[in-house]
Amino acid sequence: MTAVRELHVARITEAVAELSVRACTELGDDLVAFFRQAITREESETGRDVLAQLLENAELARRTGVPLCQDTGLAVVFLEIGQDVHLVGGSLEQAVDEGVRRGYTEGYLRKSAVADPIGARKNTGDNTPAMLHTRIVPGDKVRVIVVPKGGGAENMSALGMLKPSQGREGAIDFIVETVSKAGPNPCPPVIVGVGLGGTFEKAAYLAKHALLREVGSTNPDPRLAELEDEIERRCNALGIGPAGLGGTVTVIDVFVEELPAHIASMPVAVNIQCHSARHKEVVL
Amino acid sequence: MERRLSTPLSDAVVESLRAGDRVLLNGVIYTARDAAHKRLVELIEKGEALPIDLLGQVIYFVGPTPPKPGQVIGSAGPTTSGRMDAYSPRLLDLGLKGMIGKGSRSEAVKEALKRNKAVYFAATGGAGALLAQRIVASRVVAYEDLGPEAIHELEVVDFPVVVINDMYGGDLYVEGRKKYERKVAC
Repeated sequence: MTAVRELHVARITEAVAELSVRACTELGDDLVAFFRQAITREESETGRDVLAQLLENAELARRTGVPLCQDTGLAVVFLEIGQDVHLVGGSLEQAVDEGVRRGYTEGYLRKSAVADPIGARKNTGDNTPAMLHTRIVPGDKVRVIVVPKGGGAENMSALGMLKPSQGREGAIDFIVETVSKAGPNPCPPVIVGVGLGGTFEKAAYLAKHALLREVGSTNPDPRLAELEDEIERRCNALGIGPAGLGGTVTVIDVFVEELPAHIASMPVAVNIQCHSARHKEVVL
Repeated sequence: MERRLSTPLSDAVVESLRAGDRVLLNGVIYTARDAAHKRLVELIEKGEALPIDLLGQVIYFVGPTPPKPGQVIGSAGPTTSGRMDAYSPRLLDLGLKGMIGKGSRSEAVKEALKRNKAVYFAATGGAGALLAQRIVASRVVAYEDLGPEAIHELEVVDFPVVVINDMYGGDLYVEGRKKYERKVAC
């Protein structure tokens, strides 16, 4: 019999608080490497200038602790909880929210959550609630991933319940059209997270989860890897470029996740992530 | 080549600007985003006075992060301008000369730019730490209760922007994209 490991939820609060601040100020090495490489192939001079600004911005944020972007997002939190972990010391959801509250308040991050979204739109004051996704996985560890998600790129995302007859071409057209319509609005170059199949909500979840992949990594499924390359080529041919001022680098990467779908359905979700693709994680 | 300009903007300056021009702005600009715009337009509709005089001024669509002790302002890059499209023509008709944001504007806004000799600039989205360095003073002038959405008066030095929409119908987003658009073999 496997022993159950106890973990106090206060550890999760601390992790969420710390990761929120680090995510907003320390751009990932994979993105920094991408910008450096992209400058060498961007054909537009204005585009190259924008990429240089983004590198300087990342360096400044890391050195001074001023957030990379003023939109420090809603706090999306993924928890992968080992099934041999017993969480003690209080409510898990409250612990996560407390982490967000602490990180966003003590870290001088912007609180961007408003209650009554179609009415009063009153700021909740502490950026709670977290947008929490939990998964139970084998093992006795808890993986905490914090993804501050800005509104500008989120607003350009889309979900299509396409007809199965539209097939692969129809799915690609929908994805490229979503990036095309977004134009300069979501702060390109963007990461395109795609969720294929599943149900309405699962497709959207997959698209968001796909954004966590390392920039430059290859999909282990050759069929999806080929699909990602094709979508990337077509998006870069749109000419949108860095900051939308025209150029050849519109997309940082395309990440696809997939599930089987209902015989009647072909859900395609597209979650757009701005170039300030912030996520940090820790395993407890 | 960048051009150095000071606010407020005159008709002559706006007449000289073309889509694609790179500009370093100096002087006072005002911040406002969704909630502040809503309040300003409500005042206009009621025929009441606005808390700021818009004549010749530039509005920056930004909701900064809170400053840490000793800082002038936190991270302060532009937000998506399209959400202000419903309000901007009203402000331009009252003499607003410029706006700074990121992302495309509606036809109604572009028409209002032509009609009023005004200009729409973009600053680089997601470069909030960099742009904050060009802001040397900040104070709240209205709607303090809105927190990050309050109207701030900012003093900027060589604040880097690019002209997206000029008063002649020029549009850098459209022209820039057309220049780099490619056909791909499927």
